[in-house]
Amino acid sequence: MFTLTPLEIEALYLSLLVSGWAVAGSLPLGILCAWVLARLNFPGKALFDGIIHLPLVLPPVVVGYFLLVMLGRRGPVGGWLHDWFGITIAFTWKGAAIASAVIAFPLMVRAIRLSLEGVDRGLEQAARTLGCSPLRTFFTVTLPLVAPGVLTGAILGFARSLSEFGATITFVSNIPGETRTLPIALYALTQVPGGDEAALRLCIISVVVAFAALLASEFLSRRVQARLQG
Amino acid sequence: MLELSLARSQGAFLVNVNLTAGQGITALFGPSGSGKTSVINMVAGLARPDAGRITVDGKVLFDAKAGIDLPPEARRLGYVFQEGRLFPHLSVRSNLSFGMNRTPSPERRVKLDDVVEVLGIGHLLDRRPAKLSGGEKQRVAIGRALLASPRILLMDEPLAALDAARKAEILPFIAGLSKRFAIPILYVSHAMDEVLRLADTLVLMDQGRAAAVGSVEDLLARPDLRPLTGRYEAGAVIRATVAGHDPSYGVTRLTFSGGTLLVAKCDLPAGAAVRVRIHARDIAIATEAPTRTSIRNMLPARVISVEQGDNHLVDVMLDCGGTPLWSQITALGQAQLNLTPGMNVKALIKAVTITGSHIAAPP
Repeated sequence: MFTLTPLEIEALYLSLLVSGWAVAGSLPLGILCAWVLARLNFPGKALFDGIIHLPLVLPPVVVGYFLLVMLGRRGPVGGWLHDWFGITIAFTWKGAAIASAVIAFPLMVRAIRLSLEGVDRGLEQAARTLGCSPLRTFFTVTLPLVAPGVLTGAILGFARSLSEFGATITFVSNIPGETRTLPIALYALTQVPGGDEAALRLCIISVVVAFAALLASEFLSRRVQARLQG
Repeated sequence: MLELSLARSQGAFLVNVNLTAGQGITALFGPSGSGKTSVINMVAGLARPDAGRITVDGKVLFDAKAGIDLPPEARRLGYVFQEGRLFPHLSVRSNLSFGMNRTPSPERRVKLDDVVEVLGIGHLLDRRPAKLSGGEKQRVAIGRALLASPRILLMDEPLAALDAARKAEILPFIAGLSKRFAIPILYVSHAMDEVLRLADTLVLMDQGRAAAVGSVEDLLARPDLRPLTGRYEAGAVIRATVAGHDPSYGVTRLTFSGGTLLVAKCDLPAGAAVRVRIHARDIAIATEAPTRTSIRNMLPARVISVEQGDNHLVDVMLDCGGTPLWSQITALGQAQLNLTPGMNVKALIKAVTITGSHIAAPP
């Protein structure tokens, strides 16, 4: 029987917590950015698009370092948060969630944007003629129609967050019980002599979790598609 | 009552229309690209005119000078699109009540049960749009627009995507809607059979302008409008009454001011008032009644005018007991008959040229 050790449970729990919050926290902003990119034309749109996609092409360590500089206790944003609200982000699981969210953001936005671009604008016009304001149209027509894309984006983001390593270790380091997620625990084990077996077990857990996420995504998107097609 | 005067340039194309549409069905007729859809999109608020003014029942929807431009959701106009545009994620029931739920209760004049009954969609309520046929989709789309209790119903070629059978299934519903729910309809079409069946008032659209406005009978009898009504469509529309059927020969007798007209059997009951379209090319002219001919209709008529048309055709306008008829003959025929205004002639019409799609109960 495959029973989990306390260390494994802790790492798995942290991974799910961090990834869950990373997705939940960034999803509304992701939908907004996707909508802006899909629907609006404005000067500087290419630049905006580029900034959103930057984490996809930058080394994660660079992103992590940037976050550390900005959100660290002495950083311009982190210092302000600490002084006014007593919130510390660096070296906590919240920081890990933010690092994961930033890295996963472009993937999420891309999926939602694609889905938004596929929506028949005629349906939105129909909703307008039936008395819906633009905002109401978005929530009653557009959002339900892009639900499969939002779901895909969320799962992609979740999976990417689960595998986040570089930005996380740079920004929040490896703190047992706080920021030691599955990949970081795995990396730590490979650095100590005799850690091979434990590392292999974490590998298996990672594969299982990732696979479960994929299956869940497939199942959910089929259900949503079935709903749309009656 | 819809009153509009609009101007909008779309690239090199200019739409410039002045129009008034009252009770009943007003048909905007014209070829594709004549600006019909642009006009109703501007009325609905989906496209913005460059200049002009739109009012419905005195309420200003758009006024370029006063800077008024109500968004579509504030105009309270129903819009039935060519391709239905039902919400795929909602059931038929939710589609129907979509607009109704967003209409303030005191202004809800149209009842869900009435619409469901009139359109015959009771058995579809729990289905999703993907499971409906084209005709069913369009009926639901009409119901959805009606249930928002609109001031005016705008219909953009709602039957264009349907085959003839589905079209025949929905036409009667549309014909009855305007009266039953007391809602004026602005109906865009490029199909003359729909216009004949539905229109109280006809607006001929040409290159972004309303080229002529009037009754179907008046406009279709005018040779000068032939480029707009279509060469093949040319012909007068007359009002007649079904006098009786002769099932053994498959013919129907119609009476009108010019006499009796024998046509291919139609389904309308005796006594029904009908509109009959007689293509100009289906009317032949004889200066004296021929004997022993297969032609069943020989109507005495007087020549009103003779005009050279295009392609070696001559347009002859006839007066048949007060009803104008329009005949097209070849220039060669005219050369031999030498018709002049005032002459008494016989208008010859083969019964088989007037079939179901030429006869319609007017709205």
